[in-house]
Amino acid sequence: MADRPASETPSYGNGGSNLPPLSLHVPEPRFRPGDPVDYTHLAIPPAGAQPRPDEACAASDTAPLCTDLIRVLDDSHQAVGPWDPKLDAETLRRMLRVMALTRAFDDRMYRGQRQGKTSFYMKCTGEEATSVASAFALADDDMVFPSYRQQGILIARGYPIVEMINQIYSNRADKLKGRQLPIMYSSREHSFFTISGNLATQYPQAAGWAMASAIRGDSRIASAWVGEGSSAEGDFHAAMTFATVYNAPVVFNIVNNQWAISSFSGFAGAERATFASRAVGYGMAGLRVDGNDPLAVYAAARWAANRARSNMGPTLIEHFTYRAEGHSTSDDPGQYRSAHERTEWPLGDPIMRLKRHLIARGEWSVEQHAAMDTELIEGVKAATKEAEKNGILGHGLHHPFHTMFEDVFEELPWHLQEQSEQAMRERRIKWPEWKES
Amino acid sequence: MSEGIAPVRRLNMIEAINDALDVMMDRDPDVVVFGEDVGFFGGVFRATAGLQKKYGTHRVFDTPINECGIIGAAVGMGAYGLRPVPEIQFADYIYPGLDQLVSEAARLRYRSAGEFIAPMTVRSPFGGGIFGGQTHSQSPEALFTHVAGLKTVIPATPYDAKGLLISAIEDNDPVIFFEPKRIYNGPFNGFYDQPVEPWARHEGSEVPEGYYSIPLGKARIARAGEALTVIAYGTMIHVAAAVCAEKGVDAEIIDLRSLVPLDIDTVQKSVEKTGKCLIVHEATRTCGFGAELSALVQERCFYHLEAPIERVTGFDTPYPHSLEWAYFPGPVRIGEALDRLLKA
Ligand SMILES: Cc1ncc(C[n+]2csc(CCOP(=O)(O)OP(=O)(O)O)c2C)c(N)n1
Ligand SMILES: [Mg+2]
Repeated sequence: MADRPASETPSYGNGGSNLPPLSLHVPEPRFRPGDPVDYTHLAIPPAGAQPRPDEACAASDTAPLCTDLIRVLDDSHQAVGPWDPKLDAETLRRMLRVMALTRAFDDRMYRGQRQGKTSFYMKCTGEEATSVASAFALADDDMVFPSYRQQGILIARGYPIVEMINQIYSNRADKLKGRQLPIMYSSREHSFFTISGNLATQYPQAAGWAMASAIRGDSRIASAWVGEGSSAEGDFHAAMTFATVYNAPVVFNIVNNQWAISSFSGFAGAERATFASRAVGYGMAGLRVDGNDPLAVYAAARWAANRARSNMGPTLIEHFTYRAEGHSTSDDPGQYRSAHERTEWPLGDPIMRLKRHLIARGEWSVEQHAAMDTELIEGVKAATKEAEKNGILGHGLHHPFHTMFEDVFEELPWHLQEQSEQAMRERRIKWPEWKES
Repeated sequence: MSEGIAPVRRLNMIEAINDALDVMMDRDPDVVVFGEDVGFFGGVFRATAGLQKKYGTHRVFDTPINECGIIGAAVGMGAYGLRPVPEIQFADYIYPGLDQLVSEAARLRYRSAGEFIAPMTVRSPFGGGIFGGQTHSQSPEALFTHVAGLKTVIPATPYDAKGLLISAIEDNDPVIFFEPKRIYNGPFNGFYDQPVEPWARHEGSEVPEGYYSIPLGKARIARAGEALTVIAYGTMIHVAAAVCAEKGVDAEIIDLRSLVPLDIDTVQKSVEKTGKCLIVHEATRTCGFGAELSALVQERCFYHLEAPIERVTGFDTPYPHSLEWAYFPGPVRIGEALDRLLKA
């Protein structure tokens, strides 16, 4: 052992003091692999029981809603209470369709990764409502700052599935030129900010975009998403401070799906307080919503969007949900959590809940739903085939080498020009027959 | 180094790192290990597997996803007298903790005139070659070698990984310990279209049981030779060695092992002997560590040089996804530089 200064000598216990020894608390989830699951501690309130304050209320009036759980769909699949957004059946069918498409897409892409067509994939299974229903509540040109699990927003905004697959395959038609890890989409046209791999960076950026919109007297607002695990990052708190200081027109979402890779929400502070209640300390409005209830998610997002758009300031929304699948294709959740968590999750599945609601309203049927699923699966399959014509990862059909050096700067400086020429030379040495298409 | 008669096993690099942590946790109750997913799960690369079970949650634990907190807490624990070994899940995610490293850990000793120190080792997987895209592939070592008060260590074999990590943990100054993730499971040699041989077939995988250490600041001659000197570290040692072998170049390959402190004597002796110098790293070129090496060689060996010093590096772009192998400083790029040097 290296020598250490005398002041560094380890001291154990409390050195003979008669004060009680301090002890460290390390959070531990309730259930581990194989454990039976009991969710009675969650105390899910009945749907419809939560008050809906005026959108222009004082931020502090929302404090009780930060520990409550806004729910609209009840156990008999009816929409109840003051948060019922009273959406027409046609809108709800569209919402259902986008969520179902998101799921069909996820399933297909996950399999594609397993078949070696790309390097990586992440599903949002069980969390579709948190992005899709929110997207329905925003205007299509409100700027969204997503994390990697909001593919539902892009799909809701009509981004072509083929383009998503081109990005996932990193092929020659990929609009992002094969530069980004699969699912790290970007579409300015769809007001969908370029996704970063570095967690939570999008939060202060959303605050900044919203401030800019306010500086310009625009009417568009911003909305950002972050996982509950990532809400521990400093960027989250920077964003909260900026948004409240400038009363920025932004809606912040925390998708609390209970897990951050292998770490449960307790490592982000969930043992002590709800995520929504962080709003209280900042003087921001906060709402805690059943994230598997698409109507409740829509209603909360709409409330917050209206508030932001009428200069009443930012809102923090916690979506209480569950990550039904592994973190990504690189993850095996069986190593660290009980498989019963998913099956016992007391808030059900967002697609099933909306489907049953529409059926209960006489606006949908089991047969229609099955037919829709088949159609969506076929549609995704066809899009996959179409995208595969442009190549899959690692099979030659990628963007030309020189594109690697573009967009580092607006203009190519001499050293990148040289390096670009070198890359071409290396290609000619390795593949003398190659012709750039 | 005290190899003694300890039984030797063949380990891959992850196992060797796990072994080093195990040895040090066993020897020194002040050693604590923490980071995102390192506790129950044992780390996304499994480097800390089994340690929580063995040493308990007070010495091996998960953390919130906050790299500033992870490194800042390590500074505080070090100030108390613990010997923290935090993990940053990927080197690409170390930036939120940069202020705690640069302004705090690196300067505690100096600004408190030795009253407080930061005896911590920040472990982090770095480098590309795994189709990880721009946020799972970077080699940011030069950001850290540029900071006065930080040590930067990069192993190239399981044997070195264990011995260097033990030294890093014992060191009373903050050490950035970058683990080349591409060679966790085998000495990848840059020929990406060929299968990677497992560590078991490489002599660097012979790892003695128990305690041994490799001093920081002592390079390893990975291959002795006369024709030219190759200076590299991490994954690029294996790539450079494979290219030299393929081309039949009698290169002397120096594995730096530690960038700061740097074993300048070994570098200088070799270049004075061969008269030619090739520097290889995967990191971007401009202001990369190769620039420092090149300056040092020029300053110290100018009159022995028979050719301009060559640098082979990653390109000055973010790490691309689909064009990963066009970006990677692989056999073709190294081969061209070798040809130029040998012709000179
Ligand atoms: C700054 C940073 N640190 C660590 C990581 C590695 N990482 C990627 S996803 C993830 C877990 C995030 O969990 P959460 O925020 O709950 O989102 P979820 O995956 O559940 O949607 C971690 C630790 C990262 N991408 N960026
Ligand atoms: Mg999560």
